[in-house]
Amino acid sequence: MQDPRKFNPKTLPLIQQEWFQRVAAPVVVGATLLIVWQAACHFLQIPVYLFPAPTDIAHSLVTHAGLLFQSLKITLLVTLQAFALATLLGCLTAFLIIQSRFAEIGLFPFVVLLQVTPIVAIAPLIIILVKSTSLSLVICATLVALFPIISNTITGLRSVDPGLVSYFRMKRAGRLETLMRLQIPSALPFFLAGLRISSGLALIGAIVGEFVAGTGGQSAGLAYQILQSGFQLDIPLMFAALVLIAGLGIAMFFVMSALTHALLGHWHESAMKEQR
Amino acid sequence: MTIMKAVRQDLSEAQRIGELHAASQASGPAGAAHPVIQVLSANKIFPNGTQALDAVDLNVRQGEFLSLIGPSGCGKSTLLKMIANLIEPTDGRILWWNGGPGRIGSEGSRLAFVFQDPTLMPWARVDANVRLALDLERKATSMSDTDVAARIHAALDQVGLTKFARSYPRELSGGMRMRVSIARALIDQPDLLLMDEPFGALDEFTRNKLDLDLVRLSWERRLTTLFVTHSIYEAVFLSTRIIVMAANPGRIHSQLVIDEPQPRDEDFRGSPRFAQLCRDLSRMLTEASNAGSPQV
Repeated sequence: MQDPRKFNPKTLPLIQQEWFQRVAAPVVVGATLLIVWQAACHFLQIPVYLFPAPTDIAHSLVTHAGLLFQSLKITLLVTLQAFALATLLGCLTAFLIIQSRFAEIGLFPFVVLLQVTPIVAIAPLIIILVKSTSLSLVICATLVALFPIISNTITGLRSVDPGLVSYFRMKRAGRLETLMRLQIPSALPFFLAGLRISSGLALIGAIVGEFVAGTGGQSAGLAYQILQSGFQLDIPLMFAALVLIAGLGIAMFFVMSALTHALLGHWHESAMKEQR
Repeated sequence: MTIMKAVRQDLSEAQRIGELHAASQASGPAGAAHPVIQVLSANKIFPNGTQALDAVDLNVRQGEFLSLIGPSGCGKSTLLKMIANLIEPTDGRILWWNGGPGRIGSEGSRLAFVFQDPTLMPWARVDANVRLALDLERKATSMSDTDVAARIHAALDQVGLTKFARSYPRELSGGMRMRVSIARALIDQPDLLLMDEPFGALDEFTRNKLDLDLVRLSWERRLTTLFVTHSIYEAVFLSTRIIVMAANPGRIHSQLVIDEPQPRDEDFRGSPRFAQLCRDLSRMLTEASNAGSPQV
């Protein structure tokens, strides 16, 4: 017999279970929007070349699947390379900056300069200077993704419990030991928040870079497909490429959230499930 | 080799405890046992011009439980941090086991510090937090895993937290976190335990319970403890000697020897003698506060 005082969430009807609500609510909202969109296109007779219905976009996605997924692969590759590079450079810069006052006042203005200069303005220069187009795209995306990682990691490395700092100092822990055992774990929540922002920015950087570079042929990414379909007034294809870009961004966000949860779930407030 | 070393360590440990017994029997808690720490007319002026301490002389003797009490701003925490070598005196000097700061951490002269907050690493489990003391002393690398585990278990056992070794700090109550902090201090087998208002943030019930544990622990381990507190009752209950400090500038005002049998228990807390001592200390504190502000 079951103890009535013990509350077991698994015995609730499906509709009241939390995971179901989490999945169902966005699905319902999304489906409603799609139906309204489809109905509006159908009844108002909006031409496909102005605003395609969801079914037109799906159709285009299927017919151009080969082309689109090839482009997706290229955009994904640029984004991931840039993201990895930004993470590496960002961490190194942050470690350097917190080590000495001189490094901080020397480097930080340039970090800010990097952040405030719009990428569209520097992208043509980079594309001219760097011979390989794919490398220049990676550089553009890295520049966009770098700042949140640097700034968050610095904040994180600095927000160490002062009591623990005193404890480490009393135990005469060296710089490296303090960094590894104290500062890096303390910085992790901030660093991961920076990564989550930067993962999206790396994608934006990759797309913007490609818009400027306008690479076609074998190395055409999703941005090129958008440009190209715009020229040809193939608006469903444009939307299809857009769907893939958005999907890529969402996927990266989910991966970063899962990583955050895996690393912080057991100790940091930001990643813990709400206790009710 | 390692066994030999361990045996020798055990021997010196036994000798030390033996000496301690002899010392406490010969001269009592207030007698002239070995000075562990000597503070020689140390003063401290902070860069902003505040004079935190003015020519303080203080001896901490082997085996005593010495409390520092006084109005806020009397420099008791500053004095404690100086002894922990966290800040340096502006003038005067401090001797650790008759030597400079280099003696700290050498054989038979280890310091442990318990802060006002538990200062635990929130990302590490309780056992890893306790282990940190060994890791930072680079002892864990020279010990076998089973030895390390045994040390952690013993330290947690002393504070009654063996069941919570695999918990995270956030899963524990404030009092339990403080116990973990004490376990981290004890695992290193310190020769001097420094505590900076360790139970100040806890409720009275938990504080009394931890005080009782501390009395038992310091008796069992023959600890030498220097304890900073705000609480008259806590100071009287725990200490063998109390230093009353005055503020503006921080200095030693007077001292009170609590010559009561150890280990103390709840009966002592309820005794008329305890009440009398608290009244005495309270009077001394009032005098110290009045003396502390001559300009008013």
